[in-house]
Amino acid sequence: MTDSSLTKAIDLQTHSVWQQLYRSQPFWVTIAAIGLCVVLSWAGTDSRGEQVFFTAQNFNNVALNFSFIGIIAIGMTAVIITAGIDLSVGSVMGLSGIATGLTLSSGYGVEAGIAAGLLTALACGLVNGFLISYVGLSPFVVTLGMLSICRSLALVVSNNKMFYEFGPDEDLFVSIGGGSYFGIANSLVLMLILTIFLGFMLNYTAWGRHLYAIGSNENAATMTGVPVKAVKMSAYLFCSLTAGMSAIMIVGWMGSVTNALGMIYELRVIASAVIGGADLMGGVGSAYGALIGSFLVELIRNGLLMAGVDPYWQGTFVGLFIIFAVALERIRSHRSS
Amino acid sequence: MNSYSQENQSKSVFLDLRNISKSFGAIEALKGINMQLFAGEVVGLMGDNGAGKSTLIKILSGNYQPTSGEMYLEGHPQQFNRPVDARTHGIEVVYQDLALCDHLTAAHNVFLGREKKKWLGPLRILDNKFMFSKAGEIFAMLKSETRPRDLVKQMSGGQRQAVAIARTQLSSPELVLMDEPTAAISVRQVSEVLGLIKRLQSQGVGVLLISHRMPDIFTVCDRVVVLRRGEKVADKHISETSQDEVTGLITGALESA
Repeated sequence: MTDSSLTKAIDLQTHSVWQQLYRSQPFWVTIAAIGLCVVLSWAGTDSRGEQVFFTAQNFNNVALNFSFIGIIAIGMTAVIITAGIDLSVGSVMGLSGIATGLTLSSGYGVEAGIAAGLLTALACGLVNGFLISYVGLSPFVVTLGMLSICRSLALVVSNNKMFYEFGPDEDLFVSIGGGSYFGIANSLVLMLILTIFLGFMLNYTAWGRHLYAIGSNENAATMTGVPVKAVKMSAYLFCSLTAGMSAIMIVGWMGSVTNALGMIYELRVIASAVIGGADLMGGVGSAYGALIGSFLVELIRNGLLMAGVDPYWQGTFVGLFIIFAVALERIRSHRSS
Repeated sequence: MNSYSQENQSKSVFLDLRNISKSFGAIEALKGINMQLFAGEVVGLMGDNGAGKSTLIKILSGNYQPTSGEMYLEGHPQQFNRPVDARTHGIEVVYQDLALCDHLTAAHNVFLGREKKKWLGPLRILDNKFMFSKAGEIFAMLKSETRPRDLVKQMSGGQRQAVAIARTQLSSPELVLMDEPTAAISVRQVSEVLGLIKRLQSQGVGVLLISHRMPDIFTVCDRVVVLRRGEKVADKHISETSQDEVTGLITGALESA
């Protein structure tokens, strides 16, 4: 083989850009999101014929609502790529929020409040990760247990009280969660930063490759010398940390926290990651997928609201979309193989 | 019995097993195996199910420790406690299930656990360009049509073997252990894999090949070792034996040769 033909073989990809797009779930979800926007801008008018969907106000709403979920969907995607699951994120969010609220209302500064929230989340992630990676327990069971523990601890610690006075740094704390940067809500900025961070880590670091390797064939990863336990542990730590970040942002934005914070968020987070193409069987998922998946879920919720559909129907539509997205994925991978 | 080793005294002994035994509780999987592997030699390891082939491979690859007996590597006593130990001493393994990750590219599978990295400012990032081109060179050396950027998921059985074999070529090993590489693939792909083994041999790499398929052993091996119920019953140059004789030795119709 001559040098030039060798280079050609090395650069060769079996599939064109279009074929790759056709196979990629995030691409189709993006199309669906754009389509939905078009439909809503046409249908989203009130009784006087005035636009209610395509308004700055509503877009801000959508952006805020989806960023709190999206931040955690980023962490969840890392876990799902390893063929794991973290059911505890909603409760971890609740406990972190309470920890932050309690610290601030006891008169400590904003740094202490944020540290309390993040350290609480990391502690939960540490327990999850240790039991799953080093003890070898099932992720489903461990994180289900953690879901129950954190929610209960949030009740114990808060004594079922609401925290709305955030001490000496109240203004600063509220402006972190509720403020904006050049017109973009801070939580959305954080979500975009996390998306770029995970996208970079997945594609350009050994850690990212190892996440995919563990999700594809954990045994093979072990035999080839991948530090499987440490990598799995780090995925659960990262996931819990994103739940803690989201908690701090949402508490600042709402200006109060109760122990019900994050209740059943885990389902919306998992739904977002899965719709964005993360495969619960492991080995597949992307940072952009987490972003666009959570955007689509929020768009469906918002669209139904704007269209005047009874909010009780929301769950049905989101649920149908999850099943539809997974079925679509199966059909496409069947056809291409 | 060791006529082959005598005629090859000029060749250096890479691995020397002396009186290796392994028991699992009351079961004696290996009983006092003596065996030498020469540098750059392709040796077939045959035997019925339960004869001790896989146990022997797992001792050589550092997955098991022998119950008794010594192992000499290039004349020095050696003990492998973990698979990584075997690898650092120039012994690579192609596992029966290949240990590949379907969702990664061929090149990333080749470099799995040994990723090539470079500095990007203060960050250590993957040197994907290097990995794709190095993997491409290895595939070209193996004369395999496998493309480094393809996902392993989309590959044929023969190509998957090529990826697993290419993985052993990152560190220029002395010996490659292969566990049933031709089981469960099509006839055309078998010849592809046998071609890969010959290519390894022409690069001066020794191969210990476990196979159930008699024709494979007689196509690529210099020597064949037969195990029966944990004991070595034959160790012969391929030109001094026949498929019938080896079959007899495996089944026990022939006591030893």
